[in-house]
Amino acid sequence: MANQSNYIKLALPKGRLLPDTANLLDGVGLGFEGYSEQTRQYRLKSAKPPYLSAKIFWEKDIPIQVSIGNYDLGICGLDWIEELLVRYKASAVVKLSTLNYGEGYIYAAISYESEIKNLDGLLGRQGNWRIVSEYPDLAEAFALNIRMRRFRIFPVWGDAGGYPPENAEIAVLWARNEEELERKGLLPLMKLLPARATVIASRESLDNKDLASVLNRFAPMLDNREFSLSFEEVSSKEGFVGSLPRPELKKVKLALPDGHQQPPTAKFLERVGLNLSHYSGEVLDYHPSVDLDWLGVKVIRPQDMPLQVANGNFDLAITGKDWLLDHVYRFPSSPVVELLDLGFGKVKIVAAVSQEMPASTMEDVRQLLQKGKLPTLRVASEYVNIGDKYLCDHHISPYKLIPTWGASEAFLPEDADLLIDNMQTGKTMAEHNLKIIDVLCESTACLIGNKESINSPDKKEEIDFIIQMMRGGLS
Amino acid sequence: MESQRCKGMRDLLPDDMGKFRYIEDTFRNCCTKWGYREVRTPSLEYLRLFTATGTLTPSRLSKAYSFLDWDGWSGERVVLRPDGTIPIARLYLENLSFPARFFYVTDIFAFEQTGKENRERWQCGVEFLGGASPMADVELLLLAHELLHSLGISGVQLRLSHAGLAKALVKELGLSPRDEARMLGRILDGDWQAWKEAKSNNLELDKFLVSLVNFKGKLSDFLKKVKLPAEGTSPELESNLSNFIDILRLLDDLKCDYQIDIAAIHGFEYYTGICLQLFSRGEKIGGGGRYDELLSLMGSKSMPACGFAIYVDPVIKMLSLKEDERSESGVLLRGDEKKSRVVEACFSLAQSLRSAGRIVELDFAGESVADYRWVVSVSGEESFVIIDQKSGEKWEVRTLPQVVGILGVD
Repeated sequence: MANQSNYIKLALPKGRLLPDTANLLDGVGLGFEGYSEQTRQYRLKSAKPPYLSAKIFWEKDIPIQVSIGNYDLGICGLDWIEELLVRYKASAVVKLSTLNYGEGYIYAAISYESEIKNLDGLLGRQGNWRIVSEYPDLAEAFALNIRMRRFRIFPVWGDAGGYPPENAEIAVLWARNEEELERKGLLPLMKLLPARATVIASRESLDNKDLASVLNRFAPMLDNREFSLSFEEVSSKEGFVGSLPRPELKKVKLALPDGHQQPPTAKFLERVGLNLSHYSGEVLDYHPSVDLDWLGVKVIRPQDMPLQVANGNFDLAITGKDWLLDHVYRFPSSPVVELLDLGFGKVKIVAAVSQEMPASTMEDVRQLLQKGKLPTLRVASEYVNIGDKYLCDHHISPYKLIPTWGASEAFLPEDADLLIDNMQTGKTMAEHNLKIIDVLCESTACLIGNKESINSPDKKEEIDFIIQMMRGGLS
Repeated sequence: MESQRCKGMRDLLPDDMGKFRYIEDTFRNCCTKWGYREVRTPSLEYLRLFTATGTLTPSRLSKAYSFLDWDGWSGERVVLRPDGTIPIARLYLENLSFPARFFYVTDIFAFEQTGKENRERWQCGVEFLGGASPMADVELLLLAHELLHSLGISGVQLRLSHAGLAKALVKELGLSPRDEARMLGRILDGDWQAWKEAKSNNLELDKFLVSLVNFKGKLSDFLKKVKLPAEGTSPELESNLSNFIDILRLLDDLKCDYQIDIAAIHGFEYYTGICLQLFSRGEKIGGGGRYDELLSLMGSKSMPACGFAIYVDPVIKMLSLKEDERSESGVLLRGDEKKSRVVEACFSLAQSLRSAGRIVELDFAGESVADYRWVVSVSGEESFVIIDQKSGEKWEVRTLPQVVGILGVD
């Protein structure tokens, strides 16, 4: 058991911070083979020392994983740590020190098109501000800090910078510097915090484990500066004129998906005769033009669509039924409706467990909990609301839902007991030694719409036209 | 067994509830006599109700239990009531237009990090909407006094400050609007250092500030020690100071005890005039003040208003449980459940005792804890044993009228 308690687990980031983190670890003699941008592995073993292991996560998963005690130590951007701490102040995660890398800041920014040029200008106006962000809790903290009188926050999975000015007034987002924001047509109002790489530890591990062997190696790299939310006002620049041409406002607004759903959607739209430029092929234009002069098209993440359609930023969108369902479970009164099942992009939403788990149905899982063989069911899922409802419907108690940002399969078996995720062929499940114990539903691409838009005399004719056009393409 | 209760939440057991109801009843009686009427607002409100006036500090708002409910697709967050006064002001604006005196008993939610202190706190509050200074201020101070006296809370200390005076002082420092807001935020969050850092470029004013902030005592002393600079101060500062003095003078005339403590305006975010804090045995048991701008910030025409609240949780701890009705005259009635005649006799005896106003608990299983004055055991249709637990006396009687006679029921 002594060995077990000395075993140290690290959560390491993918993406932006990966190259510097890999260099840092190599430099202090804690290198992990396979920790590179090309890796398809999640679990990493260290050659020396042997008591160390690591797993690769999306940055935003790391503070959560460390605070629930799945990992002793983690490295990720300060932005994601503060996103957790600003709402869950009592999280069991301790910031040990920032590291000397990790560029950029979290900014609150407004479109250059706006008449508002600084914070005082913003506060001097009455408005029900729409704030869009990948960091909804930092966004709320920002609004409260500047004593914004009325605001609404729209969490998004994709790039928040694409939303202002037409779909939100303010974006809270990461950018390398103010110049990068300018290139996106955004004017910074406030710098919330630096997105520095930071070493964090689980409070429980700090109290009960000897982490010195690892922390000592880091010591020379730690700058022992503690950064936190600082809400620094950005001085306004005079005379800057927006450089990005913004698409003119069209009568009917349609959102199309990027990512996996983009190629089949492009193919489908081509078949029904909607001619879009730059929606398929090498270069994806986030504002593809279309040969209907009343139709405005924008490309966003399918996860974000139901909420965006509900709020009237778009009248129509092509997304997956999975995301529509996840939205409707969370917000039953949402004015989003499914208009057409487009049939393509079929996936199954499944519940799966590790092959090693002695369970082949949800009833077996429930029994394991009831008999105390599992203290709590840890469930990893991208679909938080579908997952929640499913677990309640199956009288599972107690459970902990761990939100993931894709690749839930990597959480099993050590960091979660069950996953609820989509599956196309079952290949990934097999590769990760998982077995499916239930199919929750099937999901295909669908056209969704805003109830109000559909019934608006102003848009009805055009929306009917689109629906008819798409119906013509159904096989 | 591991507790299933939510962190930071509290159960109120019968003894707690006994005290709670005593406080509530005393409070209701007092307020009703002063012409106040009871209202109740919902537990859930929109977050924007509390951000709209810009009066709550960011640190206070960050402790609000805010979330998206099932209607939250529009991004509209709701909160569990984080403050007592703002919902009452909303209720007033939506329903009434003439001066109104309200009271309420309500719970306030604030996220306290450790989970060791209560996150749900009860308070008994009073709001006088349309009540102008200084008369309404004095009315509230006297009402608070009377209430705590009726509750039997001893050693009550009333500390008085003036938010209008403090705000006017900060204004004199010549800060930018955002720095001024930040400074006020720190002061309201109870950051003492903020007062120390406060410096203007007027030496006389700085001297006044130091003497004012550090002063503790009565009006007579205050007038001697705290002197407004002869020139260079704003009319706002002067009028707030004279309002404060007016109120204190009235309190002196009415022989109401108080202590001036200007720096103690922690948590009084929307206040514009007098601020009161009530202490007993070193613990804060209530607070309130004047908030003349709140209603106009909420979109109504400007209207004077003031209020205060007594914090139920610390007051409960200060009360000793009085002898209650159970131990004074209550009856525990015991009988053998297997004998149908006995059961019948028990129910009918209980019925007649209850209609005579007694508390009667039936105990067929013999498991009840006997904290009643009387224990009556029924062993047969015509066999009753009565014990007076207060005196230790015991009777054995054969008829119901005899039982009733011994219990002293008319």
